[in-house]
Amino acid sequence: MPKGKDTALMSWKEVPFGCHILEPGNSVRFKTGDWRSFRPVLDKEKCVKCGQCYILCPDMAYSPDEEGYYLVDLTYCKGCGICASVCPKGAITMVIEEV
Amino acid sequence: MGKRIAKEVSIAVAEAVKQCKVDVIAAYPITPQTHIVEHLSELVANGELDAEYITVESEHSAISACLGSVATGARTFTSTSSQGLALMHEILFIAPALRLPVVMVVANRALSAPISIWNDHGDIMAERDIGWIQTFAENGQEAVDLVYHAFRVAEDRRVMFPAIVNIDGFTLSHMIEPIELPDQEQVDRYLPPFKPRYKLDPRKPLSMGPVGIPEIYMEAKKAQDEAFKSAYRVIVKAWDEFEEVFGRRYHPVETYRLEDAEVGLLIMGSLAETAMSAVDRMREAGKRVGLVRLRLWRPFPLRDFVRTVRGLKMLAVIDRALSPGATGGPVATEVRSALYQVPGRPRVASFIAGLGGRDVTVEDFEEMADRAYFYLKKKPKEPYEMIGVKE
Repeated sequence: MPKGKDTALMSWKEVPFGCHILEPGNSVRFKTGDWRSFRPVLDKEKCVKCGQCYILCPDMAYSPDEEGYYLVDLTYCKGCGICASVCPKGAITMVIEEV
Repeated sequence: MGKRIAKEVSIAVAEAVKQCKVDVIAAYPITPQTHIVEHLSELVANGELDAEYITVESEHSAISACLGSVATGARTFTSTSSQGLALMHEILFIAPALRLPVVMVVANRALSAPISIWNDHGDIMAERDIGWIQTFAENGQEAVDLVYHAFRVAEDRRVMFPAIVNIDGFTLSHMIEPIELPDQEQVDRYLPPFKPRYKLDPRKPLSMGPVGIPEIYMEAKKAQDEAFKSAYRVIVKAWDEFEEVFGRRYHPVETYRLEDAEVGLLIMGSLAETAMSAVDRMREAGKRVGLVRLRLWRPFPLRDFVRTVRGLKMLAVIDRALSPGATGGPVATEVRSALYQVPGRPRVASFIAGLGGRDVTVEDFEEMADRAYFYLKKKPKEPYEMIGVKE
């Protein structure tokens, strides 16, 4: 088994001052999608393109496509299920992630 | 040079804070700190001090507002005591980790229960590990001087750590003493404008206080600790420069009649003045007793401390705080640990005295010195003992 420090992201000498994040907007590099145990699946037959999922997604993982549907980016979707819960047409179902 | 005039120490401290040209004060009144913030709020209300005075609903909010304020690059001050300091507890750790140099004066007071508004060091000893620079004042002049020093050091770009100046509640905060407030020009020479290394600025966005996952938390704490320890040099240097500007000299560890002493009394804060009288009396009686005063408590002045006390046979440490069931008072356990690796180290006797405003008299100090002499011959039964408690 490796030593604990082998998991460290950087040397303590490289930690930014005050552990501040000095580069704005770098959370795009934080792939929150790998936390997910449930995945939202959209039924386009039921979808009325109201955009509630897009507005209420806490990770801004939804974005509109050319046809006006809102599609989830699974790189960031944590699988919280808010989109499925707020969808007025029941068009989004949460499906268990296969490992 | 300013004039030496009689002033209540709290008022003088507030005047010193004004001379430091603070931008923001956020504080909640609590005895015995009240007069400091009361006077500051007057100065702001009267237009004598151009600062924002944030009235808050608790000390937890006061310190939170202070962190936000200093994060934007505003020079920030607060003050509290006892339960108020305890209520700040969780936020206190955040300031040094984010390198936010707030300056706070703590008018030391006992913690409940029983409810006590009177002086001891129980409040600050419970905050020993918060990572702030901590100094102790012995009299009114020192209280004032340490305020200028605290701002100067805390805001130094090599330091950027918050600082607490401890003044004993009532025995300092409410005393009227002859105090020399320096000229504004001197303060300006000593204390340059606050230019933080980073600040919250929408034109140059950054994030303060992100999550530290297990893959970074230890590295972040190591970086903080190394920076804190290396602040020591700057703290001492700032006292050198203090002497150049104001003519008074301070050291992290100070002594009184310690040359050729066998037994050293060690104390922090205003009781050192009484201890000096006790040392004088014991010296007259032919006892080789001296005094050690710790001015700087954090970062602990390890090397200077060891150098100062290594010739002693016995160090009698007087703690103004109780750590129930521990191996000594908080200062005594620290001192024992500091000396443990030193060859030929002095023995350490731990006395707890002056809790919750109990007087510690010259006679009490003599008793402690006598016991310390006794313990050179016979090992104490207990790792610490209370002095001045009625059996």
